[in-house]
Amino acid sequence: MNEKSLNTFKGTIVQEEQLKAVIAKHHDQPGGLMPILQEAQGIYGYLPIEVQTMIADGLGISLSEVYGVATFYSQFSLTPKGEHKISVCLGTACYVKGSDKILEAIETKLGIKSGECTEDGMFSIDSCRCVGACGLAPVMMVDEDVYGKVTPEQVGGILDSYLNKKGGAEE
Amino acid sequence: MENQMIHLKINGIPAEVPAGSTILQAAKTVNVDIPSLCYLKDINCIGACRVCVVEIVGRRGLTAACTYPVEEGMEVLTNTPAVRNSRKTTIELLLSSHSKKCLSCPRGNNCELQKLSVAYGADEDRFSGDGDDKRYAIDDSSPYLVRDNNKCIQCMRCVAACKNVQSVSCIGPIRRGYNVHIGCAFDKPLNEAACVGCGQCIVACPVGALTEKSQTEAVWNAIADPSKKVVFFTAPSIRATLGESFDMPVGTNVEGKMVAAIRRLGADEVFNMDVTADLTIMEEANELIERIQNGGTLPMFTSCCPGWVKFCEHYYPEFLPHLSSCKSPQQMFGAVLKSYYCEKNGIDPKDLFVVSVIPCTSKKFEVTREEQRTHDFDDVDVALTTRELAAMIKRAGIDFTDLADEKFDDPFEIASGAGTIFGATGGVMEAALRTAAYKLDGTTEAVDFNEVRGTQGIKEATYTVGGVEIKVAVASGLANARKVVEMVKSGEKDYQMVEIMACPGGCINGGGQPVQSDAVRNNVDLKTIRAKALYDVDRSIDLRKSHESPVMKLLYDEYFEAPGKEKAHKLLHTTYVERSAH
Repeated sequence: MNEKSLNTFKGTIVQEEQLKAVIAKHHDQPGGLMPILQEAQGIYGYLPIEVQTMIADGLGISLSEVYGVATFYSQFSLTPKGEHKISVCLGTACYVKGSDKILEAIETKLGIKSGECTEDGMFSIDSCRCVGACGLAPVMMVDEDVYGKVTPEQVGGILDSYLNKKGGAEE
Repeated sequence: MENQMIHLKINGIPAEVPAGSTILQAAKTVNVDIPSLCYLKDINCIGACRVCVVEIVGRRGLTAACTYPVEEGMEVLTNTPAVRNSRKTTIELLLSSHSKKCLSCPRGNNCELQKLSVAYGADEDRFSGDGDDKRYAIDDSSPYLVRDNNKCIQCMRCVAACKNVQSVSCIGPIRRGYNVHIGCAFDKPLNEAACVGCGQCIVACPVGALTEKSQTEAVWNAIADPSKKVVFFTAPSIRATLGESFDMPVGTNVEGKMVAAIRRLGADEVFNMDVTADLTIMEEANELIERIQNGGTLPMFTSCCPGWVKFCEHYYPEFLPHLSSCKSPQQMFGAVLKSYYCEKNGIDPKDLFVVSVIPCTSKKFEVTREEQRTHDFDDVDVALTTRELAAMIKRAGIDFTDLADEKFDDPFEIASGAGTIFGATGGVMEAALRTAAYKLDGTTEAVDFNEVRGTQGIKEATYTVGGVEIKVAVASGLANARKVVEMVKSGEKDYQMVEIMACPGGCINGGGQPVQSDAVRNNVDLKTIRAKALYDVDRSIDLRKSHESPVMKLLYDEYFEAPGKEKAHKLLHTTYVERSAH
């Protein structure tokens, strides 16, 4: 596991109360672990060991069972997301057009791997499968902004533009 | 409906089985063997590995026989070209990422995957990719178990044993598809998880992915070291299982050959751990009576099973005051050897190398517990499983099956039948009741406590001795233990004494015992047959009660004075620690 400094858990009392309510809501429901994990990720943004432990205790199941489900589905993230979420399409069209090179360029620039978050919390990288813009392949997204026909050389400039509008890219 | 019989044909042979039976079970009744891999009776039934596939006439595709229930008029074919080809391909796919270090694998001649590969003529290189078999680091972080996921075939038998049988569930499948592997939450090493060390995962494993952490080298070295006096002692159940490692029938009592073989390995003395089972009873019966008479914490739970003790520490720390403070027979023996025995024979305890032979992997953890020590080093130097002892005997070139019987050494030779039945579920309870009954009413009549015998998971009984009513419960398998603890916790039950063994059936079915393949486990009641060997010993000797043993008289007269006295308390009792549930 990647244990970066950012992974220090910073959950609040309010979040914990929300999680407890979610666990209570799904406690007696068969297969309740899935919606709980989904809603927990909504509350915390990711599913660190502290959150999974609270879920295990709340449901009276082992941490290993929770972890098994959390790692089975790619939608669940065990690492926190950055202020700006980068997503590189590795769908067929983008991949054929060299999106793996785009991902590589981003990883090199930020010094983290796909699925991870930079230490300053600014950027996280994920890959996805098709954003429905195959005509623009290769495609990358930063938050809600779509960039088409990206070349590895452009990556630096795109990311820098977000550094300059720090905090201004929300919704 | 339950008694309805279903009629079907398997390879043209008419079969009649109760409704609800699976095709696999039905085939067995007409002597048709369907190979299986992920299926393990009473433990795992998930139809995942596809080795047991069969054809059902009129049905498309192949069907997993281990999970599919029989239907009236069904025609099953188990040996068609399609079935054979499918099984062969399945095995070849399993082999594609399996580390094929078969030549030196501890399960080399006892591997279910290897047996299937040979039977189906599988080509182990058909699908092999580069480095597929070296993807995972070996986890040898615990003192008792080694997991090599490069050999794992994800049959889930270990996961099922841990979850369904033991209700521990500290291991599970992680990630998905090609990246699935078995491990602890957050891929932590086993020694950081809430594992109790029972080893039921090891005996459930069809391949060499799970093995005990072998310590035979340390024992060979001690034997070769002229400055060390090496003494062995063997747990009650070893006599009933060691023969299996030498292809003797299940349930053969090989006590005499076992002693002879250990002596030939180079042990200076070979002792009988049933002796300290008796000693445990002396202390534990005394503790029970004191708790009953002085308003102590009840029910008292037995403490001789280190898997159960660790389970209690992880999952029910609030119950630790209920645990008997008595050390286990293994730890009592270590303490006696490195105190009384050394003092009497003028041996520096540092020069005494104590080897226990136990049916258990958790005992490898127990010997390392600091709160159990008499000096500033471990009382028992190495705890060897039955399997490791068998491996040493084989390596030493000892022709085990033809050895003439020999006897244990003085003064730890003679033990009661009560000490011997410690190795089966209910045995400790019965042994304690024999002595407690005598202590409470002064008569020695009560010997057979049949209600606590047998391999059921939970047994209950009420006995009145010396005017005192004693309600007892016996549980084996930690899922059953959990049920009993929960019943006590909720106030539904109020027992005076509860015996718990982590492994289903007790030590005779321990995680350190010879591994029997699914073909045996699915069809033979190992627990009952192995236990019978111990109850046969108990029935055949005159000395049935711990307190009547001359060795107990010797130990208390010469050293401990009386149960619970200062020296006994210091050397034979222990404390416990709270541990995290995750």
